[in-house]
Formats: sequence, C-alpha cells, structure tokens
Amino acid sequence: MIEFTIWDILRNLLLATRWTIVLSLVSFAGGGMVGLALLFLRISRRKWLRGLAKYYIELFQGTPLLMQLFIAFFGLGLFGIDVPAWLAAGLALIFWTAAFLGEIWRGCVEAIAKGQWEASASLGIGRLQQMRYVILPQAMRIAVPPTVGFSVQVIKGTALTSIIGFVELSKAGTVVTNATFQPFTVYGLVALIYFALCWPLSKSSQILERKLNVAHRNH
Amino acid sequence: MNYQFEFGWLFEYYPQILKGIAITLELIAIGGVAGISLGIVCAWVRALGPAWARRIVAAYVELIRNTPFLIQLFFIFFGLPSLGLQLSELQAANLAMVVNLGAYSSEIIRAGIQATPRGQFEAGASLAMSPFETFRHVVLVPSLERIWPALSSQVVIVMLGSAVVSQIAAEDLTFAANFIQSRTFRAFEAYIVSTAVYLVLAILLRQTLSMVGGLIFPRRAAR
Repeated sequence: MIEFTIWDILRNLLLATRWTIVLSLVSFAGGGMVGLALLFLRISRRKWLRGLAKYYIELFQGTPLLMQLFIAFFGLGLFGIDVPAWLAAGLALIFWTAAFLGEIWRGCVEAIAKGQWEASASLGIGRLQQMRYVILPQAMRIAVPPTVGFSVQVIKGTALTSIIGFVELSKAGTVVTNATFQPFTVYGLVALIYFALCWPLSKSSQILERKLNVAHRNH
Repeated sequence: MNYQFEFGWLFEYYPQILKGIAITLELIAIGGVAGISLGIVCAWVRALGPAWARRIVAAYVELIRNTPFLIQLFFIFFGLPSLGLQLSELQAANLAMVVNLGAYSSEIIRAGIQATPRGQFEAGASLAMSPFETFRHVVLVPSLERIWPALSSQVVIVMLGSAVVSQIAAEDLTFAANFIQSRTFRAFEAYIVSTAVYLVLAILLRQTLSMVGGLIFPRRAAR
C-alpha cells in the first residue's frame, strides 16, 4: 500500500482549491450582474416587474441550493444538451447569488433618504440617471460590508457543487479520503483551507462595517 | 425540447416523500431547539463569561461560520469515528445542525444582548441579583424578542441547508428525491416536486416561528 504524507494530501487539496476560487469568482461576478438587474426590477415603478423580482428572490431564497443545482444539472439536460458539471454549477450559483445580492442591495438603496430621489427629480433628472448619479454612489458605500460578507456564503456554497460532480475542494477531499482512509486529517485540512479563504473576508466585512459606523456617528 | 413530463410515479412513491418530509421536520425540530439553546449559552459566555471561555467560544463561532456545512457534516460523520465517536447518519446530521445553528444563533443573540441598555444590568445589580440572575430574568427575554425575526430566518436557512445530509445517507426529503430518481429515471420531475415541497416547508416554518414568537413574547403580540 502506498503511504501518503500530509504534504501529498495538502498538495492535492490545494490544487483543487483553484477550482473553488474560480467558481466563487465566476458566481460572484455573474451573480452581481444578474443581482443588479434584479435590483432595478425590484425598485421599478411597474408593479408587475416588482412582483416578478420579488417572486424570483422568494423562490431562490426559499429552496435549498442543492435542489437548484440538481434542477440545473438535470433540467438543462432536457433540452438535449450534454451538461457538464461546471456549467450547471456555475449557472445555479449565479442565479442563487443574484437573489441574495439583489435583496441585500435593495435594502441599501431603500436606506437612502427619500428626499434624495425627490431632490434629483426636482432637478429634472430622469429616473435611471437619478440612480446612476445620486442614489447608487451613496448606496454603494452602505452595500460594501454586507456584500463582502455574502461572498463568504458564495465560497461555502461552492462546496455543494461537489455533489453534482464538479471537482473542487470538497470533492477533492472525498477523493483523497477514499485513497488515504484518513477522513479526520483530510476533512480537517479541507475545513482549514475553507477557513483560510473565508475568514479574511468575514473579518474585513466586520472592519468595513465598523469604519462605516464611525463615519455615520461623526455626521 | 421533446421531453414528456411524467408525474405518474407520485402515486407509487408518495410514502417515501412523506417519510422524507417527516425526517427533515424532525431534524429541524431537534436541531432548532438544541441549536438555539446552545446559541444562548454561547452568547451568555461571550457577553458575560470569563476571558478564556470567551476566547474558546469565539474560536468555535468563527470556525463554524467560515467553513461549509457539508464539510462539518463529513468531518463529524467520517472523521470523528477515528477519535472513537461513532454516530448513526441521523445522529451525525443532528449534531452537525446543532453545532452549525449554535454558532450562527449565538452571534445573532449576542447582538440582541449588546443592544440591551447598560442600565438594565445595573438595575439588576442594584436589586442584588447576581450577573446570572440578571441575565436570566432581565436581559435574556427582551434580547431574544429583539432578534427573533433574524433568528427565525437563520432556522429556515439551516432547514434548507439540511438538504445535504442526504450525502451521508440520512433519509431526508432530498434522499427521497434521489431514491425516486434512481428508480424511475425521472430526475427532473423528482427534483421539481421536492423543491416545491421545500418551498412550502420554508414558508410554513417561517409562519410557525413567527406564531411561536407571538406566544413566547406576548408583549409583542399585544403591541
């Protein structure tokens, strides 16, 4: 039997961590774009558009991410496409991330005083430009800490893609366990790698929030 | 797309789905009550405990909040037996949910405790209550009342997250869906149905929790 050193295990896990990072970045970037579109729908003046975005968010926040992954994986196959795991994983995570980011950002936009909308309207600025030049620059400041905080959820969410067969950190953990029969060490290391990815983000989200609060107190 | 949707299997396999729903509900009932209790204890330690205990709890909370639930579950189910702790699938699933919710809820409850005005602690002390008595009789209930909505959402999130316990063969709702799709090859339909069931469960759980909140905190209902 081959003996595996800690270094052998760690090296293989770190190689797979690449894919966790890539998938997280893709989901976050894609989710951000769809989330921004959702935000505009959510604060639209047309009632049915607001309703549409509301139900979208309700649907994605009210069902398990794992189910969304399964549906993406098996649902896309119905169209006769051969669905690779990375595609299903990426799509499901993008739409899931979008639902949460859209809702977080809506809260931030609504936190901006109504007078700002009215003031810019009284200057004859169109609604899109009000958003672009008046509301979003202010809302973005409030949005940074919770957005950074949510990125941790995205990274942790990518762990579920191992279940539909995408080989990232968690899947590598399972594979390495099956080869080494050392689940305690392997899953311990996997947890530590996730921690090393997530903890700096959590911490910076906290620090950013504190900074922002200080700024508010000085006003 | 020339795919014929087929839901006829529902008549044959609905007992599996019902059993899965029962186990998912059982998991969240035990996990919810035990997890929130653990969260209260941890929040108390972090707010009022000795420095060394505070540090241990902080490390536990950070570790759980920054690792995926799936890995926590695998560590408990596959990793702990090498320390001599052998758990059944359901026990491991329950333990993972309690440990997970305990960490998240302690942070939420701590926020509620920190929002308690300083004067309340001082008032308790001036009535010759010990710090623990003050916490138990004066601080805890209003703190819980303050953060009940956030706590409820966290319980719903943990319920939805429990879908992954099917990966260690705990026979919850997702396990039933996997079982049905392996028997009928109707993967899409099986997952659509179970997703719809999860959505209904999430909505019902949220409503139940807000009703429970109204019962525990009658002042809120009276307002």
